[in-house]
Amino acid sequence: MARSVQCEILLTVPQSNSSDVADVIVVGAGVVGAACAYYAARSGLSVTVVDRGPVAGGTTGAGEGNLLVSDKGPGPELELALLSTRLWREMEDGVPAASEYEPKGGLVVASSGTAMDALRHFARAQATAGVTAHEIEADRLREKEPHLAPGLAGGFHYPQDAQVQPALAAARLLRASGARVRTGSEVTAVLTGPGGEVRGVRTPSGDLHAPHVVNAAGTWGGELARLAGGDLPVLPRRGFVLVTEPLPRVVRHKVYAADYVADVASDSAALQTSAVVEGTPAGPVLIGASRERVGFDRTLSVEALRRLAQGATALFPLLAGVRATRAYAGFRPYLPDHLPAIGADPRVPGLLHACGHEGAGIGLAPATGLIVARLLTGAEPPLDVKPFDPGRFPAAA
Amino acid sequence: MARSASEPYDLAVLGAGPAGIAGAVAASEAGLSVALLDASDQTGGQYFRHPAPTLRARRPHALHHDWPAFARLRGRLEASTADHLRAHHVWTVTRESADAWTVHALTGADGDGEHPVRIRARAVLLATGASERHLPFPGWTLPGVVAAGGAQAMLKSGLVLPGRRIVVAGSGPLLLAVASSLAAAGAHVPAVVEASGYLGYARHPRALATNPHKLLEAAAHGSVLLRHRVRPLTRSAVTEAHGTDRVEAVTVTRLDRHWRPVPGTGRRIACDALAVGHGLVPQTELATGLGCATRRTPDGTTALALDGLQRTSVPGLWAAGETGGVGGWLLARVEGELAGLAVAAQLRGRPAPGGRVAELRRRRDRMRAFADAMAAAHAPGPGWTGWLTDDTEVCRCEEVTAGHVREAVSGLGARDARTVKLLTRAGMGWCQGRMCGAAVACLAAAGTAEGTVPPSAERRPLAVPVPLGVLAAQPEAAQPEAAQPEAVQPEAAEPEATRPEGGAGPHGRADPA
Amino acid sequence: MARTPAELAGAEPDPPFEITFDGRTVTALPGQSLAAALWGAGILAWRTTRAGGPRAAFCGIGQCFDCLATVNGTPNRRACLVPARPGDAVTTQEGHGHGPLGV
Repeated sequence: MARSVQCEILLTVPQSNSSDVADVIVVGAGVVGAACAYYAARSGLSVTVVDRGPVAGGTTGAGEGNLLVSDKGPGPELELALLSTRLWREMEDGVPAASEYEPKGGLVVASSGTAMDALRHFARAQATAGVTAHEIEADRLREKEPHLAPGLAGGFHYPQDAQVQPALAAARLLRASGARVRTGSEVTAVLTGPGGEVRGVRTPSGDLHAPHVVNAAGTWGGELARLAGGDLPVLPRRGFVLVTEPLPRVVRHKVYAADYVADVASDSAALQTSAVVEGTPAGPVLIGASRERVGFDRTLSVEALRRLAQGATALFPLLAGVRATRAYAGFRPYLPDHLPAIGADPRVPGLLHACGHEGAGIGLAPATGLIVARLLTGAEPPLDVKPFDPGRFPAAA
Repeated sequence: MARSASEPYDLAVLGAGPAGIAGAVAASEAGLSVALLDASDQTGGQYFRHPAPTLRARRPHALHHDWPAFARLRGRLEASTADHLRAHHVWTVTRESADAWTVHALTGADGDGEHPVRIRARAVLLATGASERHLPFPGWTLPGVVAAGGAQAMLKSGLVLPGRRIVVAGSGPLLLAVASSLAAAGAHVPAVVEASGYLGYARHPRALATNPHKLLEAAAHGSVLLRHRVRPLTRSAVTEAHGTDRVEAVTVTRLDRHWRPVPGTGRRIACDALAVGHGLVPQTELATGLGCATRRTPDGTTALALDGLQRTSVPGLWAAGETGGVGGWLLARVEGELAGLAVAAQLRGRPAPGGRVAELRRRRDRMRAFADAMAAAHAPGPGWTGWLTDDTEVCRCEEVTAGHVREAVSGLGARDARTVKLLTRAGMGWCQGRMCGAAVACLAAAGTAEGTVPPSAERRPLAVPVPLGVLAAQPEAAQPEAAQPEAVQPEAAEPEATRPEGGAGPHGRADPA
Repeated sequence: MARTPAELAGAEPDPPFEITFDGRTVTALPGQSLAAALWGAGILAWRTTRAGGPRAAFCGIGQCFDCLATVNGTPNRRACLVPARPGDAVTTQEGHGHGPLGV
């Protein structure tokens, strides 16, 4: 599927005096688009990033910045997450430090013996895939998290989990990439040649030319695919995050209840919530995670906030007296099998997809960017990309 | 109004300033059951803030123009069947169905023992007023530098001043009112510093001529200021406040017509307080959270877009007063009455009294024209950013400097307030960008074609902070009446604050949380 | 001509009472907010920011949260909204006011 790209020839295209010509156009200035730009540029390609909104204006700006392996069972997504974890850690150009990167680890807690057994089973399977997880007995939980509620059955500590501030991560990756960034510029058409191959994109401020277009449009990835004559069933899954007043560090890890994993994998359209609680370097505690399929409706759901607050205060009773100062909604771009689409479009030569990461885009961005860069330059991808093949879905009627 | 406690109100009015009171009175007199909610214990809103009863002010009129007219309006409210729900901080409004709304509020003392109340209503009138617009300058976080409207509010309600020698600065018609009341209350006001000229009014002679009340009001402030020998300095701004633990002096600098400080014109004025503000901004967050359309006013604020009967773009939601554009209390009163009549007509399915509606609409249109003229005359010029140093704090809550914001704009590609917020935290703190929003939007737009302060389009899904314990104790959506055994505080079932004066028995669909 | 706000408004308040600010006695009038009582005593700062700067009431109407005070041990209360009560102890709030919760 990975097509060899004639980048030697592309690199001879004069760039310095024509800002509308590049080796690759990345559509989407979120974290995934930024990572694609970053790794493509490091591979020697000239990159233009275009977005109809601002930097980090979509899912990225509404995310918590999770870099998680703890919530993923063995399989292709976990492989992607493990690679990303390493890439985040090793990233250069000062990006992690400027993005509030914190390798703080995750703590998954179980409220009952049954849930604890399920966690053990899950962690054992993860261990075979390279995930480190330490069982924490009930009476040791508060050594890890002094404010945790009493009465929990135990938990697992995942030292590989980390966090970044997602908007900063996207902006810093973009800046480090050196890509030309055109925000506030909507792609209205994908330009194609006589053979249907991609030639660039059309925006209200003019045409941009490149032999490759990367679809990193997140929730709008389906729309962009359609513009190009392709098809990708990306749909939005709404989530709310509650943000507290500034606090000292009261939560050290990313702490969540074991049922989160089941919610992430669920196909239900109905509202699901599971408490995910974490502190931030800036002070506020962030509380997720809700999931529901309601299109792009941004209206505040008091029910979602109630459940988030209930879950968080059940885990950390001291939060009951702490005030939420804001809440925000975001839309996760998801695909039916909950795996992202990374790779060449099966029908449109020159079009690559890098979207549909659902709620894991911040974490999965570097590995996605690296894969895209390798595909663009004809190099070997860092892992098996077949499970992410954008052609795996039956074409829409 | 016979209305059982389990029934929704016909109308919930949010805000007990002139617009809200007029709306509640009109709707109630037209036969609707009305709940009038306000964060304060008292009616009057910000404009008619007045001392608490225990301060026993015999001359409240000395603090206000038009006090008798307000007292009459308040008298009609007291005589009406409307339930005045005091000390209700509304944090959100949700739509349950086409004609069913829930107003979610907190009652109780701020930050200690708040409890939730839910008011259900068939229609909602948003009369949430305005807040002050602020433009930062070096030293503006020093103690003793206070908002102009804030100084006035503290004077009107608490009978206190922030200092003895108070410079009043900024822009807009409020400044003269603030300076004259501070001076009347015993402060020495060495200068009123206005960034615009008053000549701007002369470009709108028609709007002035048809609003003689405004001229009289300005003349009254003017005569007070003359009596106290207050110097008005136009086309000037306070470009720095000096001091270490509190303000000791300010630098006043001349401005060109774009509000750019003119180099070499700064001079120091000693003072122990500075009251500063740059006009008012409609408070629209509850409305925009529900999807109401907005419009841009001549001075660059965002106001709700309303039709001839005060309807927002969302059916079932009306608005009146400053939410639709800042225009003063007389306009607010007219719009409130118009909205109250329109809601009653809609809910009762019969036309509103045509003659009265036509008269109100005429008055409203005349006063709106005047408000637009005033707004245009005081619209901040783009040059004000010239007085910001890189270490000037722009966001007071998160202590984000102008340099930091500029770096996000020039280095990281932020072009709008929301992106600046995401990249710098400016506007992410306790006040949710209410103080810095206008300035951040302006800095973010630097280099774009915008000639004035761009509208602030921040979303604030929580209009006030809400304790997580309170959120957690909300009733479940699927079964709204079901008790939450561990969460319900029995004393919250009938909050004292929901009982109307006169003890007419339990009122208010204040659902136990 | 009035020399004080109370004279201007013709106020004849109910008997004053005492509160404390960092241990110092401050006289408050019934009906005043904590912020008003502190202003009345010439106190203009009762909080330090996380960066250390002194702050207190700015907007005066509950919007700016600069007047957050620790009152009787409870942090982050808007002093411009909270009515003064006899015996209230206001203490200068440092930063987020939640220092003891840190782990």
